[in-house]
Amino acid sequence: MVPIEYYIILSVILFSIGVAGVVFRRNPLVIFMSIELMLNAANLAFVAFSSVLKSFEGQIFVFFVIAVAAAEVAVGLALIVEIFKSKRTIDVDQLNSMKE
Amino acid sequence: MTPPTFFDFYSLLPYIILTVWACILLLVDLYIPKGRKGITAVLAAIGIAVSLGYSITQTGIEARGFTDMISLDGFSTFANVLLLASGLFSIALAYGYTKRMGIERGEYYTLLLFSLTGMMLMAQASDLIIVFLALELLSIPLYVLSAISRKLQSEESGLKYFLLGAFASGFVVYGTALIFGATGSTNLSVIFTQAASVGTSNLLLTIGAALLLVGFGFKVAAVPFHMWTPDVYQGAPTSVTAFMAAGAKIAGFVALFRVFATAFPSIASNLTDILWALSALTMIVGNLIAISQTNIKRMLAYSAIAHAGYVLMAFVPYGNETVSATAVAAGLFYLAAYALSNFGSWAVVIALEKSEGRGLGIDDYAGLAKKYPALALCMTVFMLSLIGFPPTLGMVGKFYLFRSAIAGGFTGLALIGVITSLISAYYYLRVVVNMYMKEGDPDVEREPWLGLTTSVTAIATVVVSFVPQFLFLLAYTAVLR
Repeated sequence: MVPIEYYIILSVILFSIGVAGVVFRRNPLVIFMSIELMLNAANLAFVAFSSVLKSFEGQIFVFFVIAVAAAEVAVGLALIVEIFKSKRTIDVDQLNSMKE
Repeated sequence: MTPPTFFDFYSLLPYIILTVWACILLLVDLYIPKGRKGITAVLAAIGIAVSLGYSITQTGIEARGFTDMISLDGFSTFANVLLLASGLFSIALAYGYTKRMGIERGEYYTLLLFSLTGMMLMAQASDLIIVFLALELLSIPLYVLSAISRKLQSEESGLKYFLLGAFASGFVVYGTALIFGATGSTNLSVIFTQAASVGTSNLLLTIGAALLLVGFGFKVAAVPFHMWTPDVYQGAPTSVTAFMAAGAKIAGFVALFRVFATAFPSIASNLTDILWALSALTMIVGNLIAISQTNIKRMLAYSAIAHAGYVLMAFVPYGNETVSATAVAAGLFYLAAYALSNFGSWAVVIALEKSEGRGLGIDDYAGLAKKYPALALCMTVFMLSLIGFPPTLGMVGKFYLFRSAIAGGFTGLALIGVITSLISAYYYLRVVVNMYMKEGDPDVEREPWLGLTTSVTAIATVVVSFVPQFLFLLAYTAVLR
């Protein structure tokens, strides 16, 4: 059996890639993908812990995370489409209509 | 697995009423003709009022429902009443504003109700799964509400709020995963017993708690997680901003306190320094940047950040059992005081706002006192309350906060609080000076609900400050022990 540490290290790496993506990328779609990566890193950690601890709570949480992420996608993509319609770009650096 | 009993549902009664009401409202709204969506607003307000009534009858009752996932106690009842009252104020503010700005839609009120249910669930959650679900239920309707006016600024605000909010929930989920790994449970009381046995040196648990703090820090707009706040508050329709500033902040703090006080007292020594730094930074940065703002919505956004710092002060001594009850009571009291002045000041902003974002400069308040003395007086009360100047509720709230910080041995933090309050006087009083000492010809919308909100909150801010003990006692009995 693969030791739990491997799973946790992988999930930490995935989470860090996700955070870096949110911080450094300028396209909302890519930022959004990075956020999904963060959530899935957490899912991986949940499932790994769950199998080690022989507890189902972690797996239940994963289902909730997946469902909520789907709801977020629906709202997020709608917002991105709306922005694109009125501004013809979705680069977050150009979304600065409120800077003084 | 036992089937849910009557008490399980009873513990969630105000919440269930509101959810069912919101779902029905979604259908009823289809039959309400366009241009008469005021009816939807009234129906939504009735739903909140019914829920508020039931919530008040739950005072003093303690119960745990759904295999310890939901708790009903004084703390949650206090928060629920506060949140439902905020919901009523939000609808009063939106009623005329949405019509005037051409964004009157039925969904507005349904989304508001759904977001409100999320906020209430945050107060009642005693399992991290519920905390996460409540956080999302609170946030997702708010993302839509911020973008609802479909102008560029509003859409931009919605997208920014969405991206940063989703980012924050990523931290919450990952923090929960680590805490689950360290303790084997997501239930707060089980985490408490497990955490006490693994001790303070457990890295997984500490990092997990810190990640949760980061996630909540985004929600309550604490520095350095505040970057989204000014843009989101400025771009969103003002009635939504008022709801966001009060409701989301109350919910975030209530959940933060519930999670940390029930689950993590054993690792308080690791977290106190972080909380101290967060609180001090938030007060300093929020107040300093607010000085240079010329747009009133942006100024109030930075003021909202600064106030998050003051409330955070109540959390710093949470591991110290002798003072934590008073400190948290002071925090709850301050949240109530802040909610009142917040709705009042946003109501005045709405009264002066014109379409296309005009009427939002601080200069636009020039001459208000001559033309509309009552409104200017109310605005002065709110500004004084936000500074913490007598005779207002804000002053009493700050007094309680500073006192509990000193009692907990954090004199330095209280000192920072006093100094930043003095600094904040500069930009709050600038509004007052503009209203009373400069010439101008401002134009004000006269709407009955807006006027009612302004006067009720102004009177409450002043009157309750003379008898603050009863509100403080309510907050004190509400605190978890």
